[in-house]
Amino acid sequence: MNIINLEGAEDTPKIILDKTNGIFEISGRSLPEDSQGFYQPILDWIEEYGKDPNPSTEFIFKLEYFNTASSKLILDVLSALEDIDGAVIQWYYLEDDEDMQEAGEEFSELVDLTFEFQEY
Amino acid sequence: MKFIFDLHKTMLENNLILVYEGEFTQEITKSVLAMAERNMDSIGEESSTKRKVFNVMVECLQNIVKHGDEESSVSKQAIFMIGKKNDKYVITSGNPIKKENVEGLKSKLEEINSLDKDGLKTLYKEIIRNTSISDKGGAGLGFVDMARKSGQELEYDFKPLDEEYFFFSLKTTIKRI
Repeated sequence: MNIINLEGAEDTPKIILDKTNGIFEISGRSLPEDSQGFYQPILDWIEEYGKDPNPSTEFIFKLEYFNTASSKLILDVLSALEDIDGAVIQWYYLEDDEDMQEAGEEFSELVDLTFEFQEY
Repeated sequence: MKFIFDLHKTMLENNLILVYEGEFTQEITKSVLAMAERNMDSIGEESSTKRKVFNVMVECLQNIVKHGDEESSVSKQAIFMIGKKNDKYVITSGNPIKKENVEGLKSKLEEINSLDKDGLKTLYKEIIRNTSISDKGGAGLGFVDMARKSGQELEYDFKPLDEEYFFFSLKTTIKRI
């Protein structure tokens, strides 16, 4: 499977999706102008990965900031991961960032996935 | 030349640290965000205050960008301001909106202002679960998020511009920690 490796920018997150090495990570800032267009390839990739996933999938979210349009798309990413057996979400937040911690908790209430919360 | 002095005085009197007037794009949004961030960094602002201000700014600016793509030249002109006082940041925006959208927007803002913290959380989850991204790229969550991050009511006003447009002003206050 191809590898998605996007450099982060001031309004888009860094994304690595690498099945062979078992790296799945979205980090940084997400406020693209066209969030749907930005996340569509990610959603397509996860759908494809879901047909033949690794035995376990540790998906890391290490976001510093995301806008509300991105939050809808993050929910779509999580929903796509729901169908993958052995998928676990590692939700990182800065130790004093209660809003990011709460955002993770809210997502965990919206989808049927195991969330592990990590302060950094 | 007097207007320069008057404008300067107005900015000082209202504690405005940043004013942008004109056409809004994603590029402008990024620049305005970077300027405000630098400004807050330079005074060593608390990171949680900084994050909340940044949050509200993004929703505010991207709202204007989304509504600025209409056909009329009136609809493109908007204003964005940040004021900083000892105990708070005040984020204000003003942009023209179509007359037919005033009532819907007003009732949405009234609903948001009537809700407490838990009510806003419930509304947020309800919207994120049930809506899809609009043609304009919004999730319909911006105002709810602004109210949640600020923990304050959103202040707003509508003034008629011409037969077709109203000027929509919005003010969000973030208390400094």
